[in-house]
Amino acid sequence: MLQSDTINFDKKGIISKILTFSCVDGPGNRLVIFLQGCNFDCISCHNPHTINHCDHCADCVASCPTGALTVENNKVKWRQALCSGCDKCIDICPSKSTPKTSSYSVRQLLELLTQHRHFLNGITVSGGESTLQLAFLVELFKAVKANAALSHLSCYVDSNGSLSEQGWNKLLPYIDGTMIDLKAWQNATHLWLVGRGNHRVMQTINQLAAHNKLYEVRLLYIPGKTDLLSEIDALCEYLNTLPQQVIIRLNAFQHHGVIGEGLTWDKCSEQQMLMFSKKLVARLGREVLLPSVYT
Amino acid sequence: MTQARLYSIITDKNLSAKQKSQYLALEAEASLPYLDIETKTQQAIDAGIICDMFEGHAPFKPRYVLPDYGKFLAQGSEYLELDAANNFDEALNLLTILYHHVPSVTSIPVYLGQLDTVLMPYIGDLSEQQIYQKIKLFWIMLDRTLPDAFMHVNIGPTDNIICRTILAVDAELKQIAPNLTFMYDEKVTPDDLLRQATNNICVCSKPHIANYPLHAKAYDNSGFGIVSCYNSLPLGGGSNTLVRLNLKEVAKKAQHKADFIDTVLPEYCRIMFDLIDVRSAFLHEKSNFFNSFLNTEGLIAENRFAPMFGIYGMAEAVNILMEKEDNKARYGHDDIANQLGHTISKLLSEIVATTDVKYGYHGKALLHAQGGISLDKDVTPGVRIPYGSEPDPVAYVQATVAHHQYYTSGISDILTIDETVKANPLAMFNLAKGALKSGYREFTANVASNDLVRVTGYMVKLSDIAKFDAQGSRTNTTFLGAEAAKNTAILKRKPRVAALETSPSYVE
Repeated sequence: MLQSDTINFDKKGIISKILTFSCVDGPGNRLVIFLQGCNFDCISCHNPHTINHCDHCADCVASCPTGALTVENNKVKWRQALCSGCDKCIDICPSKSTPKTSSYSVRQLLELLTQHRHFLNGITVSGGESTLQLAFLVELFKAVKANAALSHLSCYVDSNGSLSEQGWNKLLPYIDGTMIDLKAWQNATHLWLVGRGNHRVMQTINQLAAHNKLYEVRLLYIPGKTDLLSEIDALCEYLNTLPQQVIIRLNAFQHHGVIGEGLTWDKCSEQQMLMFSKKLVARLGREVLLPSVYT
Repeated sequence: MTQARLYSIITDKNLSAKQKSQYLALEAEASLPYLDIETKTQQAIDAGIICDMFEGHAPFKPRYVLPDYGKFLAQGSEYLELDAANNFDEALNLLTILYHHVPSVTSIPVYLGQLDTVLMPYIGDLSEQQIYQKIKLFWIMLDRTLPDAFMHVNIGPTDNIICRTILAVDAELKQIAPNLTFMYDEKVTPDDLLRQATNNICVCSKPHIANYPLHAKAYDNSGFGIVSCYNSLPLGGGSNTLVRLNLKEVAKKAQHKADFIDTVLPEYCRIMFDLIDVRSAFLHEKSNFFNSFLNTEGLIAENRFAPMFGIYGMAEAVNILMEKEDNKARYGHDDIANQLGHTISKLLSEIVATTDVKYGYHGKALLHAQGGISLDKDVTPGVRIPYGSEPDPVAYVQATVAHHQYYTSGISDILTIDETVKANPLAMFNLAKGALKSGYREFTANVASNDLVRVTGYMVKLSDIAKFDAQGSRTNTTFLGAEAAKNTAILKRKPRVAALETSPSYVE
């Protein structure tokens, strides 16, 4: 067990949401912490309000029907107790952000985890892109592993894979697994879809696999828009270099939460998904995980 | 009762001959005058404030009977002209026979025994495969000959071959009957056995998981069983009657919170006890039920029967009382509302523990959070959080766990888990373990197809789900259609497998 005297319990993270029950973010029931802020800008993004930090433009304040938003000292302030969760502020936000974030210290999260520990297999940090708040993640996971009542909880990271090799080296001693998105095969396609290339993502996948910390690779299938189907042979050749126990999970592009151009794209139907998965399974020689719901 | 009603039962298209006989018998009993109860009691029944669960006008059998099946196998029966069992086949044969002589409110036995404990002495040198084959045939026989979803088998908390085999067979056959409760004891049950049970829940929404030490202690370690839906009762005894109180209607009668707690609730509890005593006195004194061989051969004992004091509509009662105090807090979601609920449960528990009944367990009734019948409208079963407004399952457990200590004879909280759990049954294990560790008496989860499923890794906004409702509803029909097609076997079988307890009277 880790020594707790080197941990900064006051380190804070900017968090947009915490779920205390999730069975789709790693093994078992997980407490999921969604961190605000992302360095990708995907056309297909399902929660674009988590991309940017609030710039306090206050455009949203007047839209709030319950007075939960106010301006104090030129900052937008959100009062959770008054909030009805209607999300009008998110709809109106011009900056792909939300006024509804909270700052949590490592200490506060440990209290929450202690309260829920009997129900949990572990915790997962998600986003946004959680690794943008790397220093916070390191302190949080160190603190969990150093706490006798919590050290049984596994620590997982859900990431877009953009973190540098040095960054992952800082996290690796304290994490048990990762879920990484691979959204497109060709660098150019990836660049068009998310605003950045995918070389770093693949290096991340390789590094995590080499350290036996890669739990799941997620493929987002957007029929007719990305190249996972047209490049399926190369994609599977690559996936076959990964350890066999790594889960390949397929996500179907849907319209929930999507804004802008993405809404003009066709959703991925169950039939299209089954066709794609069949081709993958034939080339990988093992099962892949499919979405359970299409809307 | 009119002849036309009898005629419509007799000529009903959907009922089997046996089901018709059952409903005709109910009509016959209902043609007798009701037992001699106080005027106030009759008024409370007529107003829908208290309810006798359609048990009949003149009870001639207890609501639930839990015979000591182990004793039966060991001694055989003089009345049934049966010798004691010597091997596994004889044990199963004896059980099959006795089940047809165990009455209940539905005429079908609600309790089939702690089958692993009961059968383990007879396994001899049978191989795993032989045990599997025999249990499987026994399971099919139960479902086809005693088709009631409330008929209940108990297993656990120890790890043994019968327990493991029953779990395997139950997951394989996915039958409606029998219902199944797995006893869990942190000190005795290995994690991998609990894992097998929770995996089963993901496959067939069974078993229920009972907190063994809590129940065992409540019955002085003298034996208990879980029967029907979440009723915990003394083994070798049972429940002579179940009367239930609609807390929602009681709350409506109260001026304010203090009036409810100090005056109105205690008064209706007093009326409940009048009905309980009148009904159980008839059963024990007039019906001659306790002259039966079950009693004379020692499989049951009269003093191990107790009335169940049922309550339901806690959620509505709390919300009504909060409104009377001009407080917007809602049951299941706000601490202050939840705490009022816990206070009411504690008060009920104190009233039941200090009120003598004519025929009870140590002279007392047993408090029960009742799970509802099909006729209930706009009122939530037991102390559950209303359907459609439940928080996530962990929050659900944390909001309701404080009730569980008070409901000795069972509490029917059902957690609805979305179907993504099927791909991650470890989450069900975590949830069950957390709930039991927190003090849940009984963990019951329903794996539902839920269009509010969160998609992997994405945070779906509730507002977006609302926005896409219109489009969603069209495709969801297809989705539900596919789900229904998958379950066709179950749908087809519904008329055969009755649930008389939730549909206690004939409806044309």
